[in-house]
Amino acid sequence: MSTTPPMLRIRNLHKHYGSNPILRGIDLDVARGEVVVVIGPSGSGKSTLLSCINFLEPFDTGEVRIDGEPIGWCGGGEGSRVRQSERDLDRLRASVGIVFQQFNLFPHMTVLANLIEAPTQVLRIPETQARARALALLEKVGLSGKAGAYPGELSGGQQQRVAIARCLAMQPKLMLFDEVTSALDPELVGEVLAVMRRLRDEGLTMIVVTHEMGFARDVADRVVFMDGGVIVEQGPPAQLFHRPNARRTREFLGKFANTDERATTLASAPPTGDPPGPLPPSNLVSP
Amino acid sequence: MDFELAVFLEVLPALAAGAVVTAQLALGAALLGLVFGLLGGLARVSGNRLLRGTSLGYVLIVRGLPLLVILLFLYYGLPSIGVLLSAPTVAVLALSITNGAYVTEIVRAGIESIDRGQMRAARSLGMSYPLAMRRIILPQAFRRVLPPLTNEAITLVKNTALVSVIAISDLLRAGVDAMTWKANTFSPFAGVGLLYLVLTIPLLVLNRTLERRYRIR
Ligand SMILES: Nc1ncnc2c1ncn2[C@@H]1O[C@H](COP(=O)(O)OP(=O)(O)OP(=O)(O)O)[C@@H](O)[C@H]1O
Ligand SMILES: [Mg+2]
Repeated sequence: MSTTPPMLRIRNLHKHYGSNPILRGIDLDVARGEVVVVIGPSGSGKSTLLSCINFLEPFDTGEVRIDGEPIGWCGGGEGSRVRQSERDLDRLRASVGIVFQQFNLFPHMTVLANLIEAPTQVLRIPETQARARALALLEKVGLSGKAGAYPGELSGGQQQRVAIARCLAMQPKLMLFDEVTSALDPELVGEVLAVMRRLRDEGLTMIVVTHEMGFARDVADRVVFMDGGVIVEQGPPAQLFHRPNARRTREFLGKFANTDERATTLASAPPTGDPPGPLPPSNLVSP
Repeated sequence: MDFELAVFLEVLPALAAGAVVTAQLALGAALLGLVFGLLGGLARVSGNRLLRGTSLGYVLIVRGLPLLVILLFLYYGLPSIGVLLSAPTVAVLALSITNGAYVTEIVRAGIESIDRGQMRAARSLGMSYPLAMRRIILPQAFRRVLPPLTNEAITLVKNTALVSVIAISDLLRAGVDAMTWKANTFSPFAGVGLLYLVLTIPLLVLNRTLERRYRIR
């Protein structure tokens, strides 16, 4: 079926903050079920790119399509475009999950309430159904016992797994991960990466911004190196990590030479705390 | 000193009636002020320039004017353009317009004190701005604004004393009347002070309790 559009298609994306160009012409396609890892130095525009994909940050020019459907601007050429209706934007955003470095769980709600909030309020799924799905997802991320807890009572690794489950509860087409382990104590990184590894195995389409190079090498179908608001180079992990073409890529990767081993060890370590339950047969994306 | 227990006890019922009027005015103005303040605060953080500007103008004008001027303008000024409001209506309106301006600032600060990541997370899940405000931001802001709101309520109770200038028989007016009628200043005023404290001290205690509870978290 050559007519199926890619899950994500980005063309010539530009974004300024004030007079600073942050994204300077990004082209990126992500196929169904593909895992793309984005690496790059601080300030290279990785977070901005993710925020533009679901239009949390409006981009200036270019095009973003999610499963074939444009998000953000619609209408004719550059001059005559108009902002998409809020209703359409909300609908498209609901189909793209994003997990943040700082978790951003809703602190005034229990874990369960965090998971059923958007499904019931946005998708209008009946509460009993949303609840059943939420409990299944909690089991999947190894937090069955924590449904009634408040986010403040959980460790960082547990909170981040709840945040992932909260996104999954919306049955997203695409998940974005923005340095989701950077705020965690080193011993909690592994349990979050283990969950992401499983999502990859279940065929979820993901874009992962990370500094965990070992993890990137393991899970990525493709690695994208960004610097200065452009994609400098991309390719399969074996090629990009071992035979990078651009000098900037080599310089960047050189800084990780020492930490590589640590990242790999952590990435493959089993999660601490409650281990994730057995893998249910159903596809995670449509439980 | 001319404190006489007999006079004190004799005027107490009249003063209590005045205290009820004062409490009613304060309660009405607090509720209406909360509505003004919530709308004002939401307008103040909205993406709409006109709403933001209107709300800012409201706060600046009201905070820059003495309450007495607002009160007398509504009572004596409005009738000259054909708007005639009863004294209690003017009283509640003036008090709640003033209170609402301060509550606007409290609500704005409360909303802005919530981490921006909360709104981002809510919107990224497909929640609309109003839904995210109602379900995610305001419930969290609510706890933070409770202590300053009780503070405003105390100010409001004390501000009600000004309405005695427009012929409302509130607590202060009841005291002044009793003083003239009994030709005794100290005893009625002891009662007036006492009854104001009966109204304000519970609010002060509540304010302290809330401040302590929400500071620790
Ligand atoms: N809201 C904003 N307003 C102004 N400038 C911003 C804003 N957000 C980001 N920037 C700037 O845009 C540039 C790219 O930021 P971005 O967060 O996308 O980088 P990043 O690649 O994610 O970096 P890091 O690895 O540190 O997370 C930075 O120079 C940053 O200062
Ligand atoms: Mg970033």
